[in-house]
Amino acid sequence: MKLKANAQVVEQIESPKTPTGKQLKIVPKKKKSKWGQYKHGLLFASPWIIGLLVFYAIPLFSSIYFSFTTYSILQPGEFIGLENYKELMHDPLFWKSVYNTVYFVIYYVPLSIFFGVALAMLLNMKVKGMAVYRTIFFLPTLVPHVALAVLWMWLLNPGFGLVNGFLNSIGIDGPAWLGSETWSKPSLILMSLWGIGQAVVIYLAGLGDIPEDYYDAAEVDGANWFQKTFHITLPLLTPVIFFNLVMGIIGAFQQFTLPYALTQGQGTPANSLTFYVMYLYDNGFKFFKMGYASAMAWILFVIIMGLTAFVFLTSKRWVHYQGK
Amino acid sequence: MDATMKKKVSRYSAHIVLITASIFFMIPFVWMVSTSLKPLTQIFSFPPEWIPKPVEWSNYTNAMSYIPFFTYLKNTLVITFVSTIGVVISCPLVAYSFAKLRWPGRNILFIITIGVMMIPGQVTMIPLFLLFEKLGMVGTPYPLVIPAFFGVPFYIFLLRQFFMGLPDSLREAAKIDGAGEFRIYWQIMLPLAKPAVLAVGLFQFMASWTDFLGPLLYLTDSLQYTLSLGLQQFQSQKGSEWGLMMAVSTMMTVPVIILFFFLQKTFIKGITFSGIK
Repeated sequence: MKLKANAQVVEQIESPKTPTGKQLKIVPKKKKSKWGQYKHGLLFASPWIIGLLVFYAIPLFSSIYFSFTTYSILQPGEFIGLENYKELMHDPLFWKSVYNTVYFVIYYVPLSIFFGVALAMLLNMKVKGMAVYRTIFFLPTLVPHVALAVLWMWLLNPGFGLVNGFLNSIGIDGPAWLGSETWSKPSLILMSLWGIGQAVVIYLAGLGDIPEDYYDAAEVDGANWFQKTFHITLPLLTPVIFFNLVMGIIGAFQQFTLPYALTQGQGTPANSLTFYVMYLYDNGFKFFKMGYASAMAWILFVIIMGLTAFVFLTSKRWVHYQGK
Repeated sequence: MDATMKKKVSRYSAHIVLITASIFFMIPFVWMVSTSLKPLTQIFSFPPEWIPKPVEWSNYTNAMSYIPFFTYLKNTLVITFVSTIGVVISCPLVAYSFAKLRWPGRNILFIITIGVMMIPGQVTMIPLFLLFEKLGMVGTPYPLVIPAFFGVPFYIFLLRQFFMGLPDSLREAAKIDGAGEFRIYWQIMLPLAKPAVLAVGLFQFMASWTDFLGPLLYLTDSLQYTLSLGLQQFQSQKGSEWGLMMAVSTMMTVPVIILFFFLQKTFIKGITFSGIK
């Protein structure tokens, strides 16, 4: 407690400065060894240094090796070079899963950014009862995915579902949704959009970081809502949009639980819901073709890295950092 | 129209937009709760009915005996709490080191940490599974909680941003007072980072609470299952126990909603992107 109080006092007094305004460094009496200086930093970071090695670096590199073998839990497997990759190129189900996943990413990611930003702006208004509204929008992310899947399966049931019931009442003959090859993926996109609460929270935090002064100044200049949104809010939100875009792409490529639970791992109808990671999971843990699955994982990694690099390269054009 | 009038109108229209959107977001949830209380005959009625008649509380009691509910609940709670504690201990420590302490390789390691966020979990999934298999941990909950104690890149990133925003003068003052590095961290910096720690804790809590793929991979004995896996048991080839499943889903969702409702302000305050340097 005493320590805290002292710290505050010193903060008010401020540490001494040289005439040039440079902060004076308080030199410790005894010069510490290099180890002494760095000891704490390394010590504090050590859990992550170990974690990075054990849970990321080593698995990452061993998975490259596995992708060149016929490894499975059942047998040690042998080195077969690029055979797994070649086989993948001729695997129609692999291509189907690539198509399904890319389809999902192309529609879902832009839509999620649009709705995410719009919702966050709505939830950032100063009106009464905001805690309730925010909780409601966050609700879907709190529902377990398996339950979510079942819930939607039912809402979209062509026979007795709520959605077609509603469409029926206004005279539209609803599609078969999850039972139809054409509508299954749009259904999934709809369901996923319903769960953008987590991204919205991050946008909200970003909106909170925009200084009020900018809006006050704009108000004085007589700016209207559109001008404020497009000249202050959106440009200053671009770092957060950028972050969510990258995370969104990564997440969308890894779509698994929802389609898996929806189809009980089958990807029905006609494999229209077999997503990349579902097929990867099947290969690795159902057919125990772990080498083959590792090759798939690496292709996914390269695709995601490529896209992320692309987004990073374009980011200089559209991401504005405050104070720059 | 004068200024106050205009403000009133815009406030009302804000509520109208918010309420309309809320309804859309609430429908599936309300449907879940209403179904959890419906008798079997009403569940498939067409056109759909919203109000359960009569209210069938027995769905809840039946659900608890259909699956070993309390065993699954206990398993889920243990995994969730232990991994949340792991994250809350390890991540702020590492983030603080990245933000405020000096050591060789710090910046490179931070860039690597951001890079690691981009690795799809599936790439490391198989080697990790094999690692835990070798350690004899497949079939136990350990693989689901141990990694939490070694830091999660996304959380380290969020916390580091938060620590970056705290003034250095606090640290220096405490140092003059003779406080050791660990004491500075524990008594001054960590308490100040409470909103961020809470945000990270809540993220992890929700992730573990609803995790499906992790338990699906590592838990082989059905007595070790979590609620997420338990939910799937209501779906069978013979047909699904809709009412019971929705009862369990409701019981899984409501506590987290209450948690979020009370913590949302601190939660959002804890996520910061300013101070990106």
